[in-house]
Order: sequence, then C-alpha cells, then structure tokens
Amino acid sequence: MDEAPRLSLHVPEPEVRPGDTPDFSRVVIPRAGTVERPPVDVDPKEIRDLAYSIIRVLDRDGEAVGPWAGTLTDEEVAAGLRHMMTLRAFDARMVTAQRQGKTSFYMQHMGEEAVSCAFRMALEDGDMNFPTYRQAGLLIAGGYPMVEMMNQIFSNEADPLKGRQLPVMYSAKEHGFFSISGNLGTQFVQAVGWAMASAIRNDHRIAAGWIGDGSTAESDFHAALVFASTYRAPVVLNIVNNQWAISTFQGIARGGSGTFAARGLGFGIPALRVDGNDYLAVHAVAKWAVERARKNLGPTLIEHVTYRVGAHSTSDDPSAYRPKTESDAWPLGDPVIRLKNHLIRRGVWSEERHRQAEAEIMDTVIAAQKEAEAHGTLHSGGKPSVRDMFEGVYAEMPPHLRRQRQKAGV
Amino acid sequence: MPRMTMIEAIRSAMDVAMGRDEAVVVFGEDVGYFGGVFRCTAGLQQKYGRARCFDTPISELGIVGVAVGMAAYGLKPCIEIQFADYVYPAYDQIVSEAARLRYRSAGQFTCPIVIRMPTGGGIFGGQTHSQSPEALFTHVSGLKVVVPSNPRDAKGLLIAAIEDPDPVIFLEPKRLYNGPFDGHHDRPVTPWSKHEAGEVADGHYTVPLGKAAVRREGSAVTVLAYGTMVHVALAAAEDSGIDAEIVDLRTLVPLDLDAITASVKKTGRCVVLHEATLTSGFGAELAALVQEHCFWHLEAPVQRVTGWDTPYPHAQEWDYFPGPRRVGEALAAAMEA
Repeated sequence: MDEAPRLSLHVPEPEVRPGDTPDFSRVVIPRAGTVERPPVDVDPKEIRDLAYSIIRVLDRDGEAVGPWAGTLTDEEVAAGLRHMMTLRAFDARMVTAQRQGKTSFYMQHMGEEAVSCAFRMALEDGDMNFPTYRQAGLLIAGGYPMVEMMNQIFSNEADPLKGRQLPVMYSAKEHGFFSISGNLGTQFVQAVGWAMASAIRNDHRIAAGWIGDGSTAESDFHAALVFASTYRAPVVLNIVNNQWAISTFQGIARGGSGTFAARGLGFGIPALRVDGNDYLAVHAVAKWAVERARKNLGPTLIEHVTYRVGAHSTSDDPSAYRPKTESDAWPLGDPVIRLKNHLIRRGVWSEERHRQAEAEIMDTVIAAQKEAEAHGTLHSGGKPSVRDMFEGVYAEMPPHLRRQRQKAGV
Repeated sequence: MPRMTMIEAIRSAMDVAMGRDEAVVVFGEDVGYFGGVFRCTAGLQQKYGRARCFDTPISELGIVGVAVGMAAYGLKPCIEIQFADYVYPAYDQIVSEAARLRYRSAGQFTCPIVIRMPTGGGIFGGQTHSQSPEALFTHVSGLKVVVPSNPRDAKGLLIAAIEDPDPVIFLEPKRLYNGPFDGHHDRPVTPWSKHEAGEVADGHYTVPLGKAAVRREGSAVTVLAYGTMVHVALAAAEDSGIDAEIVDLRTLVPLDLDAITASVKKTGRCVVLHEATLTSGFGAELAALVQEHCFWHLEAPVQRVTGWDTPYPHAQEWDYFPGPRRVGEALAAAMEA
C-alpha cells in the first residue's frame, strides 16, 4: 500500500548567514545597455520580459550605453552626483547625532541614494510622492532645506511638524512629499487615490507611490495595484528592493514569483526592473514611467534593485543576520562611485574635484546642522510647545480636548 | 415639505453636496450604476457622471486608502462601506492614516472624508450584517462619529459631515432606513412618511455635529441613546409609563456633554443604551462621564442596556437585541434604587 509522504512546511532561507561567504550568484545581472527601450504607449503584454531583466545604463567602465542612455546633460548629471553626495553626508552626520543622543532615531540611505535622487529629477513641480522613510533624496534633490529636515529630526522648537512625528517621517507638501506614516505599505494605495483625484479633476499632475520589498506583502500593495489597474491611474508605483526588510531577506516576501516587478503583470501593469545603483538608469526608467502617466496611459510598476548597505535603522544591527562583508560583494556597486566614474569619463569631473566637492558638501551639511541645533535637539535647547500637543487633532479643538488640555495645565 | 425615508434623505444629502461642490465624489461597492445595495446612491452616477460616482473593486482597504489620497489632493470623498461589518480591512487606513494625517503633517495635509456605513441589527443579518462598531472609532483620536436616528437629522448631519474638514464615520442604522423601528419586532413599523421627522427639506441645510437633541422631555430618569435605540427608548417609556427624558446624542465624537449633564442633573438617574456589545462599549464612556460630572446629583447607579458580549446571532436575534422590555426593566431598576 502506497503511503503519501508526510507534509512539511517550506520556509525560505537566504543562502548565507553571518560567518558565511557572501554569494550573489543567483542575482542575474544583464550587461548594461542590452535591455530594449519600448515606446511609452507599448502594450504591456509586449514587455513582460522587462519584469525579469534589469535595465542598466552605466557599464563597468563608467560609459553610458544602450537605448536608455542620454536623458541628462553634463550639468544635470553633476547635480545628481552632488545630490547623492549630500544625502550621504547628511546621513553620516545624522547617524552620529543619534549616537550622541541628539535624536531618538535615524534611518540612513547608504547604497540606495540613486533611487530617490534620480527619480525626483524625472518629476515636475506639483507632482506628489508618497514616500517611505528611505527616500529623503526626493527632498534633497528637490531643494528642500536641509535645516528643516534636521529641525524635524531633532524635534526642536523649529520642527515644521511640531515635535509630533518620529524622526525622518517628514512632510513637505510644497515639495511634493506626502507626510510619511511609518506604518508600512499604507501610502502605496493613497498614491493611487491622489492620482485618481488628479484624473477626476482633469489635472496634469501625477503621483508616485513608494514601498519596500518586504512591505509588498501588505494587502495595501495588492489594493494599490487593483485600483491603479482598474482606473488606469496616472501613478508610478515604485518598489525599492534593497534585499532586506530589517532582518528578513527578500525571499520571505517574494515567495516563488521570481521578481517583485512580476507582481504587476497579473494586473496588466507595465512592470520594469531597473539597476537601482545606476543613477542614469533610474532616471531614464522614471522618465519613461512619468511620461506614460502624464499622457494618461496609466500606471507603471518599477522595481529598483539595490542593496541596503547600512542598518535598517539606528535601532538595528545587521551583523546579527547577514555576513558583514555582504555589501562589498553586492554586484551592482556603489551608486556614488559609479556616477563619479561616469562623470570623469565624460571629461567634466576629476578625483580632485570630487574630493573638493565632498569637503564643500560636508561643510554645508555641518552649517545646516549648527543652524538646526541652535533651535534645540531632542533633549536640550528649544522644544515644541506642550500646548501644541493638543492642537491639530481636528481643525477645531472639540470640548473634550479643551478639557484635557486644561487638566494637563498647559 | 417633502416626505423622505432615511435612504432618500441620505441620497438627497449627497445630491445637494455634489451639486454645491465639485470636489465631492461618491464611490464604493455597487454604488455607481446600481446605486448601492440599500439604494442610497441611486441616480447620482446618472446625474454627476462616472468620474464623480463610481463602483469600486471589493476592497474596503482600497476604498478608504484611495479616499485618503484623494482628500490629500483636495477632493472630499464621501464613500460607502457596504456594511459596517465589512470595514475591518480598512481599519488601518482609517486609524493610522485618515485620523492622523492632519496631526502628523501639522496641517499640511488633511483628510476631509466621510465613511458611510449601515450599522446595527434587526434585519436577521447574522454576525456579518448586524454589528455596531462605533466604539472602535470613538476610541480613535482624530475621528468624528455620527449616528442619526431619523431622516431629517440624517440629511442635515450628512451634509455637515461632508462639509467638515476632518474624517467622519457616519453610521446609518439600517433598521431605520424605512421607518422608526422601536424594537417591537412583532408589530408593523410606521413608515417615515407618517412620522414628523420624515419631513425633510429638499435643499441645503445642516444639523451641527456635536449637538444632542431631547426627543422626549421627562423628569424621572435620563436615557442616553443614539440611532435605533432612540426609538426603542421612546417605546419603553411609553410601555412602562416611566417619565423618562430621552436624549438622542446624534454625534458621539464630539459629544454634547452639556446636554447630557443638564438632563442627568435634572432627573438624578441615568440609563445608557446601545446595540453594540457591553464591554468597553461607548456606554462605558457615557457612564464614566455621568459619574464624573453628575455624581452628587445621582440617586441611583447608572444602568447600561446593550447587546450581549457574544457575536451577533442569527436565529436568536430578538433575544440579543436590547428591546423595549429590557430597556423598561432598566428604567424600573433605575427608579427603584
């Protein structure tokens, strides 16, 4: 008599753990310049393979090659490099500030700077991002004052959010940056709603949603794709696949689907994977998707393939769950170094100018930090008013909050 | 003055609001072409077009989530959750997003949305078409919670809710859609056309959020109720002959504490009613407020009459529902103490 084998549960595991030798041989990296660039009005069915490939522009020698190259001038590329360097310097200072007790919490972008910095340059003023906590490049590249970001991080008397939000959960409406919730995934579907509203009002503005690889497992992701697909919302839906969701490797959220981008295919949404450490590729793909949205051709799903070099946050220690040298083995390299090498190859940059720029940028960041610290840090100096704690729950304070504020004696 | 059911009054409110303000959009499951399973949105798509009144996928999370984004853009979505029992997939979007947006963005973004949903029992709907989840929303800072008890209020409150700059949970007692059901399930219900509150003005008017109404003046005991239980309380007062003062709260957040304390200080006794389960229900908040603000006027412990702490049953509906007999017993108990 045949006996069926006992069932057993499959729980995916990364190939390597601390102490092992990093191995990214499973990440298939196409050569730069080899992926086609379809017209923006392409039938999504024709480009299903783009959900399994990786669009890359910068080759190993720093040359911009292939059909996605050529979207930016020398000046624009140089500005992009400065944006990424600024974000990196900003992060370095703020991580240290957190260690010094000037704030409770910080989240850095190391290795992912190209994603948000390049994407911002494909948008117009008036467009709206619904970011996660790792897209501060949208603010830096959009010209939002660093001192305002720091005031928020320090929860000081000049904090534009009045001390109410966890550090880095910025909000900057005038800069197309929606208030960050901190709950994961919720804002992906809101981006679709904002885009639907723009279409309802026959506007020209478009929205961009952001989500991490791990959070694609939230129902909000599914709802966002359903609504975006059904109403052909003018929205660009970005998945930042940085390989790690705190300590959980991306295989736990991805399951057997091959890639995160492939999740878009079942919805009939064009889905592209891009080298997230390649500033030029991110910009080119973003521009393509933004143009589609602007022309009322509907949503695009982009998976930015990148790597979270730093810890998830200042409360995290990645050496507990992945090899310490894993980031060095990441095959897509460092976005700052890659763009620097490209600019040098273009003949408009040099190692010397780069070092100068690094120093200048750090001076600017330090100056902003001094200005912000003059308004106080979390535990010293100027603080937001306690009275303010009761304001802004509603447009008009209802009687029960007035009574509570009275009781609190503020 | 025209006579309307509560369904017609709610429809009229949305019609008036959409006519006055192009930012008002209406959507939900079966809401567009068909006009809603309870017909509350019938004709709105035909009148205002598919871009302003439309059907959605079956995703409460998605419905509320896109509404939050639309509100951030500057629209004023008035959305329908088909039954309050279906709202839970959207709870995170309501609690963590809609309710918190103004506060966390320091007013840069706001969320003027109305989430309409049929609530309460009395239709043999079993546990998935009968619940009264108001306390899950009154507990959340940043939300307003409204429960009308008649067509005239429903229209005025809904227009006020749509015009309100903050998110409003608008719970429509479905057993009141067609008439003032008073819990006597074995008797025919008077239609709204024969009730004075079925007289509803055609045009624009509002009933302010945060103002209660005394439905029956009395001297013996104060009854605090909302929605269907207002009519159950009226029946219980009639049946028991106890001269109860019946306060229809209409809005739970913000709450009209002045109206509550004025009545309880007058009568010295208080009975709190709701269909929802007892433990941590909104009645607990009411009882706490009454003892806090009226303790030296109270001559008896505050009584609560509510649904039992069980899931809402099907066959045992009338043993579960806090009808006029149970309310009458509580009135008597409050008088005896």
